[in-house]
Amino acid sequence: MSLLNALATEAQPQVIASGGLKRRRHVLDLDDFSQHEILEVLESAEGMSEVLHRDIKKVPALRGRVVVTLFYEASTRTRMSFEEAGKILSADVINMSASGSSAEKGESLLNTGLTIQAMGVDTIVIRHPHSGAPYLLAQHLDKVGIINAGDGIHAHPTQALLDLYTVKEKLGRLEGLKVVIVGDVLHSRVARSNIWGFAKMGAQVVLCGPSTLLPLDILRPSGVPANDEPLASVQVETNLDQALEGADVVMALRLQAERQNGGFLPSMREYIRRWQVTEARLGRSNPTVMIMHPGPLNEGIEISSTLAHGGRSVIERQVTNGVAIRMALLYHLSAGGGA
Amino acid sequence: MADRQIMNDQDIRRALARVAHEILERNRGAEDLIVVGIHTRGVHLAQRLASNLTEFEGSEVPVADLDINLYRDDVKARMSPRIRPTRIPVDIQGKKVVLVDDVLFTGRTVRAAMDALNDFGRPQQIQLAILLDRGHRELPIRADYVGQNVPTSPDEVVQVKLVETDGIDEVAIVRVEE
Amino acid sequence: MLGLTSDTILIKGPRIIDPGRGVDEVGDILVRNGAILASGQISFDDIPEGCRVVEAAGKVASSGFIDIHCHLREPGYEYKETIAAGTRAAARGGFTSICCMPNTDPPIDNSAMVEFILQRARDEGIVRVFPIGCVTKGRKGKELSEMEELAVAGVVAFSDDGDPVEDPNLMRLALTYSSDLGLPITNHCQDRSLSRDGVMAEGRVATRLGLPGIPSAVEEAMMARDVALAELTSGRIHLAHLSTAGSVPLVKQARERGIPVTAEVCPHHLTITDEWVLGGQSARTVAGGTFAYDTLTKVYPPLRGQRDVDALVQGLADGTIDCIATDHAPHELISKLVTYQDAPSGISVLETALGSALQLVHGGHMTLNALVERMTVGPARVLGDSFDHLSTLAPGSTADIVIFDPDLEWVVDPNEFQSMGKNTPLQGATLKGQVIATMVQGRFVYEDGAVV
Repeated sequence: MSLLNALATEAQPQVIASGGLKRRRHVLDLDDFSQHEILEVLESAEGMSEVLHRDIKKVPALRGRVVVTLFYEASTRTRMSFEEAGKILSADVINMSASGSSAEKGESLLNTGLTIQAMGVDTIVIRHPHSGAPYLLAQHLDKVGIINAGDGIHAHPTQALLDLYTVKEKLGRLEGLKVVIVGDVLHSRVARSNIWGFAKMGAQVVLCGPSTLLPLDILRPSGVPANDEPLASVQVETNLDQALEGADVVMALRLQAERQNGGFLPSMREYIRRWQVTEARLGRSNPTVMIMHPGPLNEGIEISSTLAHGGRSVIERQVTNGVAIRMALLYHLSAGGGA
Repeated sequence: MADRQIMNDQDIRRALARVAHEILERNRGAEDLIVVGIHTRGVHLAQRLASNLTEFEGSEVPVADLDINLYRDDVKARMSPRIRPTRIPVDIQGKKVVLVDDVLFTGRTVRAAMDALNDFGRPQQIQLAILLDRGHRELPIRADYVGQNVPTSPDEVVQVKLVETDGIDEVAIVRVEE
Repeated sequence: MLGLTSDTILIKGPRIIDPGRGVDEVGDILVRNGAILASGQISFDDIPEGCRVVEAAGKVASSGFIDIHCHLREPGYEYKETIAAGTRAAARGGFTSICCMPNTDPPIDNSAMVEFILQRARDEGIVRVFPIGCVTKGRKGKELSEMEELAVAGVVAFSDDGDPVEDPNLMRLALTYSSDLGLPITNHCQDRSLSRDGVMAEGRVATRLGLPGIPSAVEEAMMARDVALAELTSGRIHLAHLSTAGSVPLVKQARERGIPVTAEVCPHHLTITDEWVLGGQSARTVAGGTFAYDTLTKVYPPLRGQRDVDALVQGLADGTIDCIATDHAPHELISKLVTYQDAPSGISVLETALGSALQLVHGGHMTLNALVERMTVGPARVLGDSFDHLSTLAPGSTADIVIFDPDLEWVVDPNEFQSMGKNTPLQGATLKGQVIATMVQGRFVYEDGAVV
C-alpha cells in the first residue's frame, strides 16, 4: 500500500452517520460523543451490570469475536477490566503487552496494528504513553474498531463514562451537578475526558489544584475559545475550600511522586496540607457529596484513608461499573462497525 | 399501506383471559409457576397474564422480565439493539416457567430466551404463551398457549400495540409498500 | 549544469517587479548569454532575429527567489532528500538560489565538506546552491569550527541549525571571531531547558490534545540573548524562523537601537496555526476527530496561534522581518507515520512557499511588490552585498528570473512534488499562485510544469 495513499485516505470517520452508538467505529475520546450517545452507553451499561451480578456471568453476545488488548503501559486494573468485560460477553480476549513482544524489537506501533488487523481481530483496546497513539491506529486500520484505554495525558474515555454512570446511578441525574476535580489536572487524562463528559451532560466542572499542575491556558485564557469547547465552561480554583463549596461530586486524582521531582511541587507535605480531600474539608459541600477516584489510590496523599473507605466513597462501585461500561462499548462496537 | 386489524382491545383481553385459564388447567393450578416476559411487549403481556392467574387462582404468581438481546443469533453487523436489564426475582430452579411473548414468528427469539433461562437455573419445564402465532417457523418450536393463529406472508409486518407502550391495544397486519 | 547559453530569449509582456530598482511595470525582458540585456519597455527594433519568445502577458516576472534557509539532507540522509531533488524542488518553487544548512552527516564543518556540497551542486543541481557552514565543530556546540577556512571554501553564513548555539559565551566568541569575515551567524533559537519535551505550541490546542507544549519564551529568551550579544560584539546575527508575536518587537527594538540584527520567517508561520494539529484543515474530509495528531504539522518552531500569525504578517509587511525563508525540511513519509511525540519535525516547503506567501497579498496585508522584495532583495541583503546581483533585473545582471501567475489556483498534491519530501500539512489544500517558469543564468530550468 502506497504510504502516500495511507495518508491521503479519507479514512473511516468516527461516526458513520449521526446514528449514535450503533454506527460508531472507534472510541477515542468523549469529545465526539453527543449527549444522546452518552445516555445510550449508560443505558446499555445498566443492562450489562445486571449480567455482572448473576451467578453465571456469561452471555454469548460476542461469541466468535476477537478482542486484543494492546497495552504499552503497565496496567493491571484497566486491562483486567477489559478482559473480564470481553470474556463475560464470550469474546476471545488476547492480551499483548509491549515488553517481550515485537515492540521491543523496534516494531512500530503502526506495523503492530497492521499485523494485528491482518489476523482478523475485531477490536483493539490500546493504552499507550503517547497522546494520540490510538488516533494513529484509527487513521490507518480500516477493519478494526479501536478503543482508547488511555493515551498519554490526553484521554481515558471509558473511565469518564464509568464515572458518569456511577454519578447518575447514585444521584439520579447529571445536569446541574457541581463536580470538583482535585489534583494534578495538567497530567491527567482522566480529568480531560471527564471534563468533556460532565460538561456535555450539563454539569458544572471545577478544577482545583496547584497552579503548576493546572493547564496554563485554562488558568489564563487568551483569546476567544471555540463555541463547542467545554474547556471554556470549566472553572478553575486553587483554593480547595472555595472549590468544595456546594460540591455534589468530588473526584480526587492520583498525585505521582515524580511531580515533586519534576519541580511542580515543593513537597508532598504542602500538597497534603492544601489539597488533600478529607471529611473535614467537606463541611460546605452538599451533604450527600460523593467521593470518587480513578485509582490506584495514594491513600493519605490526595485523599484521606477514612474518606477513601468511608460511606461517601463510591470508589469500589466505580470499578464494578467499569466492567459494565466496557461490556457495553465492546458490544456496541462489535455490532456496529469493523468487519 | 393497507392495515388489517386482527385483534382489538376486547379480543386481546379475552385471549389473555382464556390463556390464563388454559395455563391453570394444564398445570392443575398455579403452584411452582413463574411467568417470564420477553422484552419488550412480552413483559407487559406477562404482567397481565400473571395478574389474571393471580385473580383466578387466588395466589400470587411471580413475574420476571427477560432481555434476550445478548443471546440472539441473528444480530447483523450494524444492528445493535438496546440492552435492557433482566429481572428474575425468584429462583427458577425446578419451577415451571411460562415464557410470554407477543408474536411467534421464526422461533429464534424463543430459542434465545431458553438459552438465557438456562443461565439462571434449570427449570422443571418451559411452556410458551403467545398472543399471536404468525407461522414461518425456522426452528422446531411451538407454542403451548396461543391467543390467535394468523397465517401471514413473510413480507407482511405484524404490528402489536399495547396500552403500556403505545397507548392502545391492537394487533394489525401492515403491508409495507416497496 | 549551469552553463552559459547563447540563447536569446524574450520574456514578453509580464508585469516586471524589481523592488531593488523601484520598478513595477508591464514590459519585456530580453536575455542573452545568461545575462539580462534589457528590461522594461523594449522597442521592437532592439529585439534580435531568431530569438525565442516566451509569452508572459498577465504573469509576473521578478528576480528568482532566494532561500537562505533550507535542508538538502545530503550527505548522510539521502533517503530524505538529495541535492539533485532539492534543487529541482527549488526550481519548481521559483527559487534560483538556495542556501543549505550544514546539519548533514557528516556536518559541513570543514572545507572538504564544503567542496563536496559545491561539487554535488555542480554535478546535479539545477539552481545555485550556497552552503552554510557550522558554527561549532561537528555541530556539537563546544568548540568553534574553523570559520575562516569555511569562509574561504565558500560558505555564505554560519549556523548550527537544528540546534541552537546554547553556550552564550561560545556564541559571543563566534560573533566576535566571524565579525571580520563579514558573514552572518544564523541562530536556531531554542532554550532547551524551557522547551523540554515539548512537541507543539503551548496553548489551548496542546492542552486539549494532551501534548507537551513549547512556550514562546523558548525562542524569545534566546533571541533576547542573541540581540544583546550582537550589541556587545558588533557581530552579525540573523534570527532564524521567527514564530512568536513577541519576537517581532524584539527585532524592531534592536534595529531602532542600531544593532545589526536580521530576521526571517517561514511561510507556514505566516499562514497556518496550531489548530491544524487537530486535523482536517485541508481539503480532506473529516467527520469527527480521527484526523487529530496530524504529524505533518509537526515542525520546529511549532505552529502557533492566530495572534502570533497576525504579528508576524504585520512584521513582514512593515519590514521588521527582512525576508521569507522556507526552512524546507524533507522527511521520508514513513518517519511521520508514528505518534506525534516520535515524529521528526519538518515540513517540505519549497514548492508551496510562493502559494502560501501570496495569501498575504491576496488578503490585503502587503503588496505584491513588498512580497517580492522579501523573497529577493531581502534575503540577498541578509547575505551581504556580494549577492546584490542575484536579486535584481537590472541590465547586465545575471538572468535569474522567475515567472509566476499570482492568481492561478491549484491543489497541493505531494505526489507531484519534485522534492523527495512529501511531508506537508497542505496536502489537498488549494493555494492561489504558482510558478510558471524558472530561469537560472539565462536558461530555463523549469517550465511547462516540468523540470527541464
